[in-house]
Amino acid sequence: MKFGVVVFPGSNCDHDCYYALSQVVGVETTLLWHQERDLKNCDAVVLPGGFSYGDYLRTGAIARFSPIMDSIRQFAQAGGLVLGICNGFQILLESGLLPGALLPNRSGHFICRFVYLRVENNRTPFTSLFQLGEVLKIPIAHNQGNFFASSTDIRSFLDNRQVVFRYCDSRGEVTEVSNPNGSLESIAGLTNCEGNVMGMMPHPERSAEEILGSTDGKKVFQSIVKWWEEKEIARK
Amino acid sequence: MPENNRKIALELGLQEEEYQKILTILGRTPTPTEIAMFSVEWSEHCGYPHSRKWFELFPREGNFAALVGEDAGGIVYQGTAIVFKMESHNHPSQVEPRQGAATGIGGIIRDILGSGARPIACLDSLHFGSLDDRRSRYLLKGVVDGIAFYGNCVGVPTVAGELCFHPSFQGNCLVNVMCLGVAPREALAPARAQGEGNLILYVGNKTGRDGIGGCSVLASQEFGEGEEKRPSVQIGDPFTEKCLIEATLEALESGYVLGIKDMGAAGLTCSSSEMAASGECGVEIDLNRVPVREENMEAWEIMMSESQERMLLCVDKEHEQQVIDIFHKWGLEAATIGRVITQDKVVIKQRGEVVAQIPAQALTQPPVYDPPQIKPAYLDEVNDARWRKIFPPSDWGEVLTKMVSSPNLSSRRWVYEQYDHMVQTNTVVLPGSGTVILRIKDEKWGIGVTSDCNPVYCYLDPYRGTQIAVAEAARNLASVGARPAGITDCLNFGNPQKPDRYWQFVQAIKGLAEAARFFGLPVVSGNVSFYNESPQGAVHPTPTIGMVGIIEDVNRAISSSFTQEGSWVILLGDTKEELGGSEYLQLMFGLEVGPPPEVNLETERKLQNLLLDLVSRGLLLSSLDLSEGGLALALVEGCVTGEQAMGVKVELESLGSMREDALLFGESCGRALVSVSPACLAQVQSICEKYEIPARVLGKTGGDKLVVEKSSRVLISTKVDKIARLWTDALSSLL
Amino acid sequence: MNFIGKVVVLLKEGVFDPQGVTIKNALHNLSFSQVSRVRTGKYFEVEFEADSESEAENQLKSMCQELLSNPVIEEYSFQVETE
Repeated sequence: MKFGVVVFPGSNCDHDCYYALSQVVGVETTLLWHQERDLKNCDAVVLPGGFSYGDYLRTGAIARFSPIMDSIRQFAQAGGLVLGICNGFQILLESGLLPGALLPNRSGHFICRFVYLRVENNRTPFTSLFQLGEVLKIPIAHNQGNFFASSTDIRSFLDNRQVVFRYCDSRGEVTEVSNPNGSLESIAGLTNCEGNVMGMMPHPERSAEEILGSTDGKKVFQSIVKWWEEKEIARK
Repeated sequence: MPENNRKIALELGLQEEEYQKILTILGRTPTPTEIAMFSVEWSEHCGYPHSRKWFELFPREGNFAALVGEDAGGIVYQGTAIVFKMESHNHPSQVEPRQGAATGIGGIIRDILGSGARPIACLDSLHFGSLDDRRSRYLLKGVVDGIAFYGNCVGVPTVAGELCFHPSFQGNCLVNVMCLGVAPREALAPARAQGEGNLILYVGNKTGRDGIGGCSVLASQEFGEGEEKRPSVQIGDPFTEKCLIEATLEALESGYVLGIKDMGAAGLTCSSSEMAASGECGVEIDLNRVPVREENMEAWEIMMSESQERMLLCVDKEHEQQVIDIFHKWGLEAATIGRVITQDKVVIKQRGEVVAQIPAQALTQPPVYDPPQIKPAYLDEVNDARWRKIFPPSDWGEVLTKMVSSPNLSSRRWVYEQYDHMVQTNTVVLPGSGTVILRIKDEKWGIGVTSDCNPVYCYLDPYRGTQIAVAEAARNLASVGARPAGITDCLNFGNPQKPDRYWQFVQAIKGLAEAARFFGLPVVSGNVSFYNESPQGAVHPTPTIGMVGIIEDVNRAISSSFTQEGSWVILLGDTKEELGGSEYLQLMFGLEVGPPPEVNLETERKLQNLLLDLVSRGLLLSSLDLSEGGLALALVEGCVTGEQAMGVKVELESLGSMREDALLFGESCGRALVSVSPACLAQVQSICEKYEIPARVLGKTGGDKLVVEKSSRVLISTKVDKIARLWTDALSSLL
Repeated sequence: MNFIGKVVVLLKEGVFDPQGVTIKNALHNLSFSQVSRVRTGKYFEVEFEADSESEAENQLKSMCQELLSNPVIEEYSFQVETE
């Protein structure tokens, strides 16, 4: 299996994702330059965090016009696996690959800290190694992670089990206090209807090694690998 | 004409004798552009005329291989260069806190980038007036917002620093920023031009009329009442900076870049002349080729502009296009603006005419001054130990509550959570739980980094205060297992032409030099910021010490938090009856009197070596050096900084008989609080004996209360979750 | 009387506007090559009471000077309308 990590000007977690995938998870990984159209036969694409185009205008608003996004759109429509982390999530929303929007944090400023997440759906390619209801410790680092959508949309996300992660406390309770940014329904991660595109605000690449304080993020990447390998075996 | 030019020179801040010197150097009347170039290059900010003489006192070698006086300051460990530097952005931040602080971060990152190293972490040391003051709160919020805005976007984690409030910073805040970077030793790039005919390449943002004269005018004068001297403020563009970092590192890797320097203070003047001077050659620059943002810019404006996010490169003439292509790929401007010549001169042309022609060596050798010093009269008055006559309060629990929720002692979480302190995934001990440790990917070793200074100690005794800052920074690193390796400094003082201020400065330099030499620490880089004055007077002397250490096994790194119930809590080092300069006196009695605590460098060194030994053997569960707030605050930090708050019960009788406030809140140097599992206690005690450091077992961790007793009498007994809440939320609730 | 103040705050002429430059470049990439400059700023609508239109203007001016704009780097313009 091969991963591609997209590099937009202003991405700053591209190297971190590359390291976590290639060195920690140990899967073949390549960097994809935003001006190219070739996905280099990657089986999964990661849109990393950072500040593409400085977040000028709106987060993700300019990056979505990059040539590589045309290819990623086609890839996703064909069922390809796409994971957007933080700014990558924002780009997926601006591109229409995921529904909803991210508003500025309720506190009005940037927040960098470890948070807890509860796994709401473990039947996605991104969570197949987790138990339902499992509590993960993964850090956030963002200015605009306050998930917003119309109440009808939110209802349908819940009904379709598109909500994959919700912010919770260390015991797995979803409370007002455990919601770091004001996201509706404490949504921290969301897939599209088909389940092959996921966006999440927390950073799995920052919690992929014991020395960084958690290995829960590593399992997000490993889930993708497992899901893909099982599909390959089935196909053969 | 000559008379008019003399007037311009004086207006730009040059002294009469400096103007005469320029006449001698040139053998003719300088042009306006030349005057502008001399004025910025010889300004306090660039040329250090009032301080340079003293730098000779600093040690340049130490326990580790050092890079000093070369193009980048740092140390070398196992073939890796660790480059670091601290700089001030005080005056720009006082005028416009958000952009002032943001461009401070941008500038120091480029400084490190210019050495060829990848920037891996930033620190910030911030000093403001009292938090009761509206303007101070505005400045604090703006500065933190600016650092977050720039640092987060550019992808360099802001991992540590200091935040201090004191009325002396009321009209003149201090914003000191530090950056460190790493590179293979052989990949460092020189800051020089070389090889006749090679090209001078300008890369990054366009040049506008930003901060013209910023460095000389802003950093070299005091703030007047109306703060009217407002040159145009520079605006930070972290997106371009991020692209500039990636493009520059890619260009350096190509091997076609022969020299590089950031365009910081004094912009093109400083970068071009210093690259020429250190390459012992000259450069010829055509200003019509400089990418400009505004029309009709005069030569002197282009030469003085401090537009941000720009670098100057010397490029192999055969490979100009390859280098330009790299910058274009990242969407950046790249223009060949000149070439290297053999003669010792900087030639500036505009519209086909030579507008400046100055010998590079002479331009980069500003005059050196040694103004008079007088020991300030206030010193005897404030060092009378009158605190001994104070009657201590009766309720220590109440005092502790007040201390933990005070602006200077409470948690800095409100600040560091606004900074991305994890990007690059190297931060293995996070801010808020002791001294930050960074790993180096694929290496066993790691880096500890800290900054330190107590301006009140330095006000009471600049020599001793500075030594304490060095000792504390070193103790800070040693307590988590990092061997102190090198120092950078940012020396913030008042007007050097006032003899009492200058005396403080020289005392601090001497204290720093002696302590650094004693500990085997080279001073690898630094910055001096004078003229930190407002109509209320000078700021307290603030020689901020930035220190970097090496931890041999990064997996051994520990934090300050108690981690195991039932572990023994041990105080290393002696507690003396010292309260001078303490936070306790200031907060509880509004008293700022000395003398500050004694510092014994020999004892400090023994304690450092002891801590390093204990951590490397894996014998400690937690470790924290004692500083402001004394033993009581160290106990609080042990209890509340972990994932779950944990109680502790201690008995202080073994510390000897003295005032209870000195026991609890005294700030004696040379101490650390460690916790040890019962199985390791005997071994730890015998190692302490070997190092001749007293180790007093105070009590055990556990429960949900912080209990302090003396001779079985309860001094403090309080729930840790209550203390944790107060400590954590204090700062944000004060805003 | 109730008024609505409509305030536009822009960076002063000559002060670098990195957002504007980046957005202009993005428009060029989308083939809007006719764009020569983009300035970014902030727009506010402030609803408030005042005795007269001239007093409303004075109040709004103070708000602009004290809070809505940063006089060091920004300039403002406004209109006052009655509700």
